[in-house]
Amino acid sequence: MDNFELVNALVLISNFVLIPALSYGSQLALATLSLTIIYGVLRFSNFAQADWMSFGTMTTILFTWYLQSLGITGGFLPTALIALPFAIILTALFCLLIDRSVYSFYRKKKSQPIVLMIVSVGVMFILQAIVRFIIGPNDRKFFDGEKYIVHALEFKDYFGLSEGLTIKSTQLITLIVAIIAMVSLFYFLQRTKMGKSMRAYSNNEDLALLSGINPERVVLITWVIASALITTAGVLYGLDKSFKPFTYFNLLLPMFAAAIVGGIGSPIGAVIGGYVIAFSEITLTYAYKKFFIYLLPENLEPSGLVQVLSTDYKFAISFIILVIVLIVRPTGIVKGKII
Amino acid sequence: MTDNLRAPLAFAFMGILLAIVGFTQSWSVSLSIINLCLISSIMAIGVNLQWGYGGLFNAGVMGFTALGGLTAVLVSYDPVYEAWDKAGIGILISAIILISSITLVMFAYRNISSPQFRNTSIVLIIIAALIGINNFYGPSIDVIESINPAKTGFLGGLGLPIVFSWVIAAFVAGLVAWVIGRITLRLRSDYLAIATLGISEIVIAIVKHEDWLSRGVKNVSGLDRPVPYEIELQQSEWFINLVERINYATLNSVQTISSRQELLNDLIIVSSGVFVKLCYLGLFLSVLLLIFYLSHLALNSPWGRMLRAIRDNEVAASAMGKNIFAQHLQIFIIGSAIIGIAGAMLTTLDGQFTPGSYRPLRFTFIIWLMVIVGGSGNNLGSIFGGFFVWFIWIEAEPLSIGFMNLLASGFEYDNPIRIHLLGSAAHLRLFIMGLLLLLALRFMPRGVIPERIQKK
Repeated sequence: MDNFELVNALVLISNFVLIPALSYGSQLALATLSLTIIYGVLRFSNFAQADWMSFGTMTTILFTWYLQSLGITGGFLPTALIALPFAIILTALFCLLIDRSVYSFYRKKKSQPIVLMIVSVGVMFILQAIVRFIIGPNDRKFFDGEKYIVHALEFKDYFGLSEGLTIKSTQLITLIVAIIAMVSLFYFLQRTKMGKSMRAYSNNEDLALLSGINPERVVLITWVIASALITTAGVLYGLDKSFKPFTYFNLLLPMFAAAIVGGIGSPIGAVIGGYVIAFSEITLTYAYKKFFIYLLPENLEPSGLVQVLSTDYKFAISFIILVIVLIVRPTGIVKGKII
Repeated sequence: MTDNLRAPLAFAFMGILLAIVGFTQSWSVSLSIINLCLISSIMAIGVNLQWGYGGLFNAGVMGFTALGGLTAVLVSYDPVYEAWDKAGIGILISAIILISSITLVMFAYRNISSPQFRNTSIVLIIIAALIGINNFYGPSIDVIESINPAKTGFLGGLGLPIVFSWVIAAFVAGLVAWVIGRITLRLRSDYLAIATLGISEIVIAIVKHEDWLSRGVKNVSGLDRPVPYEIELQQSEWFINLVERINYATLNSVQTISSRQELLNDLIIVSSGVFVKLCYLGLFLSVLLLIFYLSHLALNSPWGRMLRAIRDNEVAASAMGKNIFAQHLQIFIIGSAIIGIAGAMLTTLDGQFTPGSYRPLRFTFIIWLMVIVGGSGNNLGSIFGGFFVWFIWIEAEPLSIGFMNLLASGFEYDNPIRIHLLGSAAHLRLFIMGLLLLLALRFMPRGVIPERIQKK
């Protein structure tokens, strides 16, 4: 019987902590990668990031609806995955338009990063207005296809446990897509000529220019890659939960927290930061009462919820970690740029 | 020469805009816009001190506004004695544990040299504090929140007149700014913005969810007012006489006595509202002028010159022996204190405290916009920015509804596009704000009333 208790406890933790944290962490890591690449190459903190994510997700939803109206669906996979490439292209084009009309002026003037940051706040307002104007401020679900890979009830019956394990297909899709995206990004940055020139430009602009790197091209590629990452992150998050512009806007600070915790400007740091933030948000607000009931003998069972922080503070956790990192190690876990 | 004319022209323009609202909508609307404009201007001066003079980017404006609002509640609301009797001691013990554990952690962090011993002792202190607080804090807040939850359910305040809270809010916001500044001011520009934004989110989260302190999202309403109530005015002799005397000509043109009385009653109701708003206006205007005058004095003193020197070239100023960090901390505290005052004034004007309403868009980014449009580094500019941007923010809604009606006029009545256009009119406001910011940065980066460069 004791062995079963242990297995039950482990299943409980994976169901409510590990799996959700892993998928949220992957989504956050992709979004943070986008933020950190913009920071590394274009040298400013992009406050429009979260609303850019809503914009990308919105275009995906529109394409999904269009595909569905044509009768094209992804079968057991969500249709949004077919729509994603088209949406990425559209989002990237829109981004380049904004870059040409807004950001490039300040880049040519070599304005201070803080000015570009304020400009990005203006862009944030405009993107937010566009998204709300087109698709409205309400909750939208755009998931279709097979919902579960492992269902809690079937799992319980099959293994004869009292705890069920649920794996949603979106969680597996998130993990697979995130791994593909990260691996191809790191391959691109480390192995291809374009990726190397991007890193060179990020490292030392003047030296990169001297060695004949075309800055406009680097900027263009950066926007395209960042658009692809942020749109993917937004779509995965939306498939897993749902799409709502305000919720997406609230992801801005966790993204910044993840970027700074990992070391801003460093892609590896962004991935680590994303998972650190996601895992701490979920592990610190989970009530471990049931977990301990399984593990401890009856007379030691806890009476309270055994929760470090109430779920009300879920969002605040990322800022608390941010503040601690700022005090203890401002450069982040992987040494990023010092700003 | 033209630079000297800018400020009067800008304010004359603003006056005309407000007068148009007064004539076309009503003077009452115009006055309520002016009151919020005055509060916005005070916030803008606070941000301007930090950004325009100190070069510090504080993105935590909404946190300090909320602190000001909380102070207004805690100063003016009557204490809930029952809650204090039953659970006050538990809250006090938790507070003592919290403060002493923070002090211990700081002490351990600074004074224990062996890293292994230091880290274990810090972790142990934190765990002990968590257990201790859990024992006292949880039960006490349950008790407090169960006492008359529909009306109070929190500890209440001090029961003092609400105007005192404006002064106390400055100290509360300043104290918190000191803590935040110690943590974040050694960082540079955009880090500071993100850190302050994050910390202010923590402040908002606390105000929203600690019901024993602020009633959280249940809001606190019915706050004390520094000005008379409309209903009292409508019944007082002197006010009726005053209204009669002002509207003498109009009233005399009416023939019958009964319709004259009816008209007088209407006039009394309208003017009581206007009178209350005028009282607020007088209070807010005097605070604004006082703050403006004091900051004018400060910024034209050697201290102000030193601040500008630090802003323009930190390295040079530091080479001249100025302590950059200490000066930054000073200006950060002063600016935040001013924002705190404005926050308390805002809650006073609303008569209620609604933690859910503190959103970064409304209380951080709009205030930046005021400073940038008005002219960073010029307090007169910030006042103008406060007026102008708030005016646009309020009037954007009717304007965008009108614009959408114009766009949709070509469609059938029940056309889905028409319905969608009319339904999304509210979002145009955000668009207008963003466009205003981008246009200001591009074509008028120094603002409407730019900083004066003084040359000897």
